[in-house]
Amino acid sequence: MKTNSRIEKLLGQGAFVVTSECGPPRGADPEVIRRKGELLRGVVDAVNVTDNQTSVVRMSSLSAAVILKGMGLEPVLQMVCRDRNRIALQSDLLGAGALGISNVLCLSGDHQKFGDHPQAKNVYDIDSIQLIQTVCRMRDEGKFLGGEEIKGKPALFVGAAANPFADPFEIRAARLGKKVKAGCEFVQTQCIYNIERFRRWMEMVRERGLHERCAILAGVTPFKTAGMANYMKKNVPGMDVPDEMISRMKGVPKEKQAEEGIRICVETIAELREIPGVRGIHLMAIEWEDRVAEIVKAAGLLPRPE
Amino acid sequence: MRLNYPSNVKVVKVPCTGRVDMLLILKAFESGVDGVYVAGCMEGECHYLRGNLRARRRVEQVKKLLDEVGLGGERVEMFNMSASQGQRFAQFAREMTERIRSLGPSPAKKNKEVLP
Amino acid sequence: MIVGNRKEFGEILEKLGTARRVLVLGCNECVTVCGVGGEREVGVLASELRLYWQKEGQDFAVKEHTLERQCDYEYIDAIRPLTGEYDVILSMACGAGVQYVAEAYKPRLVIPAVNTTFLGVTLEQGVWSERCQGCGSCIVDMTGGVCPIARCAKSLLNGPCGGSSGGKCEIDRDTDCAWQLIVDRLTESGQMERYEEIQPVKDWRTGRDGGPRKRVREDLKL
Repeated sequence: MKTNSRIEKLLGQGAFVVTSECGPPRGADPEVIRRKGELLRGVVDAVNVTDNQTSVVRMSSLSAAVILKGMGLEPVLQMVCRDRNRIALQSDLLGAGALGISNVLCLSGDHQKFGDHPQAKNVYDIDSIQLIQTVCRMRDEGKFLGGEEIKGKPALFVGAAANPFADPFEIRAARLGKKVKAGCEFVQTQCIYNIERFRRWMEMVRERGLHERCAILAGVTPFKTAGMANYMKKNVPGMDVPDEMISRMKGVPKEKQAEEGIRICVETIAELREIPGVRGIHLMAIEWEDRVAEIVKAAGLLPRPE
Repeated sequence: MRLNYPSNVKVVKVPCTGRVDMLLILKAFESGVDGVYVAGCMEGECHYLRGNLRARRRVEQVKKLLDEVGLGGERVEMFNMSASQGQRFAQFAREMTERIRSLGPSPAKKNKEVLP
Repeated sequence: MIVGNRKEFGEILEKLGTARRVLVLGCNECVTVCGVGGEREVGVLASELRLYWQKEGQDFAVKEHTLERQCDYEYIDAIRPLTGEYDVILSMACGAGVQYVAEAYKPRLVIPAVNTTFLGVTLEQGVWSERCQGCGSCIVDMTGGVCPIARCAKSLLNGPCGGSSGGKCEIDRDTDCAWQLIVDRLTESGQMERYEEIQPVKDWRTGRDGGPRKRVREDLKL
């Protein structure tokens, strides 16, 4: 074991891992994080803490991760390259190590155009693949990007995101290959609604043997309403929502759509578990943390291993 | 066919409305005219293919400029007619004259460039 | 070439303040080609100013002049006698030209009439597109002749991100995804193995981040 990460440990034991997500609040109230964390306790193995997701200013992911850590949960610190240069990123990686964070997820980050500060200057000094390299270099070689030696290496289990549905499709597995080559140890995928396309992507991943070097956690997000399904299809770039899903959601009365969304999610998880190379689930219940336990239970994934 | 059209209209002949540059129109206003309209061939019938379409875009641009400087974009217009449509020519001349008359004289006439 | 946009007339008026003796100064290079600050645009802006001040009933003097280049001192210096007669120089050159004119004629007020936007190409008459950010160390041989720094919204050296959809960028459906273009070009030229190579972190010192840049060619100096 390179780190104290619970994900690393469970994957090593061959367990089917379940992770979820917790978006920090748009304010300084730690109770919001604690409430969300409480809902996920004992239900998932680790909790991603998003980093100013969709470019909206929120409590910093490191602070929120520390709050969760203090509650005994296992945070996955998300880090985007949009807002910090290599100096700030490495500094925060050291901080994360010092504060006992064991997992980091390296992302490019949404463009600031989508957020609440579209006027901002973006950074993108390095990209997500280079951030993976940076973390690995700091952890394994004990060196900063600049070449200086680190006293006290941060022990971080390194993850990234993968979007099997973005274009160009033919390079999607190759791009994961670059992440794996950079040192990525687990990936969480974009929400999967088009299982057929995901299967094709997984075939490409297996052809390259990437699933053996990097744990693939398949991403799922339950629809709350038919409107949400429609919105995701039309407005979220790189999201593939088949029409059948939307008609299935529309086919039930409004007050029952949430239940239908959860049912679809549970069915999807069951199908994903059967796909060779899928090592776990990443359940992104966006502002719907109170339903995570129910979904994980219905998927037959409770209790979680110690 | 002896058609009357208002005598205040001064005709400037160009080989094609595609020749009409924004500057040409602006210079006319600088020289004190109250309005300018460009009379081009029917759309799709330009002998030079797209001269009249280009002229229309330029007229639109001049409208914006005149709005910005406070003369009002309605002082410039683009009309299309064929060479055989004398009636139409006279009709647009009357229409434009009425429009400009109701707008009054160009406010840019008050003063000329006086500083040396 | 350097591409720019003309400032709104209202903003130019505001910047001019009480100045009424104005030398509108164009440049015959890039800004002429991209139709923003050449002789013709000088004529249009000068005409707008005249019409506006005529309408306002004010006394004014607007002079039009276009230099061969505003980024070479010799051309700028040649109009020294002319500049003495005007309160301000309204430069329609790129940011480089404006500054060089300001430097040559300090302390005279020099006002920019153009917003300089990018280094780009003419896609078609009237349409320009960004191509280069002057990072100081070109890598387009690695990327199928498409620069990811200038043309990817996130300047990803190892793209595309998850927002690439149907060949377009997530920021706007009219913007091409640079990495889709790169993958297409690499595929067409049988160089897809290049895609598998990880581009290392970039040394930005050659770019603006290393501080303002200067180039000296001793062999060319007089």
